[in-house]
Amino acid sequence: QAEVEETLKRIQTHKGVIGTIVVNAEGIPIRTTLDNSTTVQYAGLLHQLTMKARSTVRDIDPQNDLTFLRIRSKKHEIMVAPDKEYMLIVIQNPSE
Amino acid sequence: MPVTHKTLVKSKQGSNAQSQQKPLAAKTAKVVSKKKDEDDGTEIGEGGDEWMHGKTLIKPPDQLDLTEAELKEEFTRILTANNPHAPQNIVRYSFKERSYKPISSVDQLAVHFFLEGNLLHRDSDEARRQKAKQGLPDEKATVVTETEDEKLETPGGGEDGAHSVDSKTGKKEQKLTNQFNFSERASQTLNNPLRERGCQTEPPPRASFSATANQWEIYDVYLEEMQKQEKNKEKAKAVPKKEDDKGKKKLTLVETQSDDLTKVAKVAKIIERMVNQNTFDDIAQDFRYFEDASDEFREQEGTLLPLWKFQYDQAKRLSVTALCWNQSYKDLFAVGLGSYDFTKQGRGMLVFYSLKNSTYPEYNYPTTSGILCLDIHPDRPYLVAVGFYDGCVAVYNLKEERPEPVYKSSSKSGKHTDPVWQVRWQKDDMDNHQNFFSVSSDGRVVSWTLVKSELVFTDIIKLSLVGAVSEGPEGVPPPTMACGTSFDFHKQINYLFLVGTEEGKIHKCSKAYSSQFLETYDAHNMAVDAVKWNQFHPKVFISCSSDWTVKIWDHTIRTPVFIFDLNAAVGDVAWSPYSSTVFAAVTADGKVHVFDLGINKYEAICQQPVVAKKKTKLTHIEFNPVYPIIIVGDDRGYVTSLKLSPNLRSKPKEKKGQELPRGPEVEIAKMEKLLSLLREPENSKGRTESWCQTDYGPQALDFRR
Repeated sequence: QAEVEETLKRIQTHKGVIGTIVVNAEGIPIRTTLDNSTTVQYAGLLHQLTMKARSTVRDIDPQNDLTFLRIRSKKHEIMVAPDKEYMLIVIQNPSE
Repeated sequence: MPVTHKTLVKSKQGSNAQSQQKPLAAKTAKVVSKKKDEDDGTEIGEGGDEWMHGKTLIKPPDQLDLTEAELKEEFTRILTANNPHAPQNIVRYSFKERSYKPISSVDQLAVHFFLEGNLLHRDSDEARRQKAKQGLPDEKATVVTETEDEKLETPGGGEDGAHSVDSKTGKKEQKLTNQFNFSERASQTLNNPLRERGCQTEPPPRASFSATANQWEIYDVYLEEMQKQEKNKEKAKAVPKKEDDKGKKKLTLVETQSDDLTKVAKVAKIIERMVNQNTFDDIAQDFRYFEDASDEFREQEGTLLPLWKFQYDQAKRLSVTALCWNQSYKDLFAVGLGSYDFTKQGRGMLVFYSLKNSTYPEYNYPTTSGILCLDIHPDRPYLVAVGFYDGCVAVYNLKEERPEPVYKSSSKSGKHTDPVWQVRWQKDDMDNHQNFFSVSSDGRVVSWTLVKSELVFTDIIKLSLVGAVSEGPEGVPPPTMACGTSFDFHKQINYLFLVGTEEGKIHKCSKAYSSQFLETYDAHNMAVDAVKWNQFHPKVFISCSSDWTVKIWDHTIRTPVFIFDLNAAVGDVAWSPYSSTVFAAVTADGKVHVFDLGINKYEAICQQPVVAKKKTKLTHIEFNPVYPIIIVGDDRGYVTSLKLSPNLRSKPKEKKGQELPRGPEVEIAKMEKLLSLLREPENSKGRTESWCQTDYGPQALDFRR
């Protein structure tokens, strides 16, 4: 609804945020603020990584579940928050 | 001669072991088995030799030369019935014992010649068959032939008879075909032409399927099964509710059609918090880990480290009128926004912030009238009671989506006629209804109970002006109401509470008595802004007022125990949840004063301005129940969070070897110690100086009763 839209908008306009991608359960990006090729690349790669991470967490304890995943690199930080049906990816430059 | 035989033998065998002579000898003389001594044997051998070979005196060139002794040696030869070709030890694999086992006895039969003969015994099967073929009469068949002769009258007479007899006889053994009039007729049917017909079905659709069977996938499936079973059980119980099911079906349909983005809400919230955490990373780290190390060098002082600052765009013109931490979610707090200014009354707002996200509130509810006070229910963290400037009280339920309160008092249902200054939740009453109290300037302390869908009010006490109870001879009008500005309930004693009034008096009241106060204290010269019981010590409470003072009282004594003058109107005062001697106060000049009576009884151990602009007044302060931070609200609508330095949170020092007793008893004891010091001024080295610090000069206060 409108609240979610507002929240996403706030995230996008937050300091240091480079891009936001909403990906559905199959790994197809639904909404993005980046260009197409980058979006597809990010979505595909991160989807696999998140699935793997989640599988790992749940294998160790099936009652546990992955809340979010942060990948900090030299240039920026990629944050992935998975859900049952959707996944939100945000790329932020934290030092800005 | 004996030499020759031996040599012959030897030449046959070369220079093999002598033991082989024996089987060889046995072979040549198989039939004859006799044991003879060597000479005899040699003689016979000799004889044979001579007969076979004639005179042989030729000595072969490779003959062994033996000495006389050796030539005279005797050799024993034995003739046995053993087959020299039969193996001596046969080993067969025994499956039963799974090993090779030697066979005990080896067959010694050696067959030299075998010829098959062609004689048959007359009674054998083959012989009979042959006889039957040739037509020779059998002994048994003679009787049959006599009887059959009469029957058969075929041409060919006797021969026929014989033949028929033969056929009869043959019946018993074999049915023979008649040689003369047996006709065999064969015919071939038409072979139907073979045709091959085949059909092919459409192959079933194939899809490639791959999956992993992880531990968690199995667990998920089991969970689903369990849920299904539970649902079935519930359905079995609630069978007659068909309408509900239909309603549910409709709901589910609607859900699938609605916007996809609603499901991203939770994830979006997490991401927002993460993004904020990144931006304010240093603040978050400070909040958690920073301890001001320089406090070690400052004995009796502490500092406040500014952390997050919370502001909401839509609340810019409003001032913070109430703050409350949530007891269950330690990072969530509520801010009530409104205005203290009588002339500038307008809308208000109820905003909830979490420490995890300082840029945007978690919940916000706009209201028509300014909020003046709020309280979050200690057990049900989603219920919030709010008091408004226009005298209404309302209860919000955070779980519900709508922006209106779930309950609101109206003029019909006993709302106050003046601003509501304080609300407080109480324990659930006997019917398990939630209820809360409110105090207002119209002089009433009212109890509100949430019954089903409405608020039911009960006047608890009416504050009347002290001294006007007795009717004067002037025929004064009926006693006017005092204006209550704050109240607080005792932590342990449920019915006991204090009310501060606009006249500067504090009344100690009980829920049981509606017209009488238990006690009245002449507290301040101006309105009492806040009155709070100590969190640990059951007798101590604190009060503050716009007359620049903060006073600490023992409720059994009518005069204050401590008085502090802070040089500016004091907006709010709060006890700390971790120590009975620490409290903090905020003033209108933008400073926060933190006192620790255990360290310094006269002065604040920390006085710090926390807002940039000097004109900003600080209106409220609250300690977080768990973390060492305080939040301060000001009249510009900002809430600042500050971290207390270690000196401000000091605990009594541990004595070596003694385990430090933890818990509220320690705190109570601490306070009690302080109070006892004051109550016995004789022992306090004859000090008559004041215990307060004011600008007016020392005031001698009499503690002695």
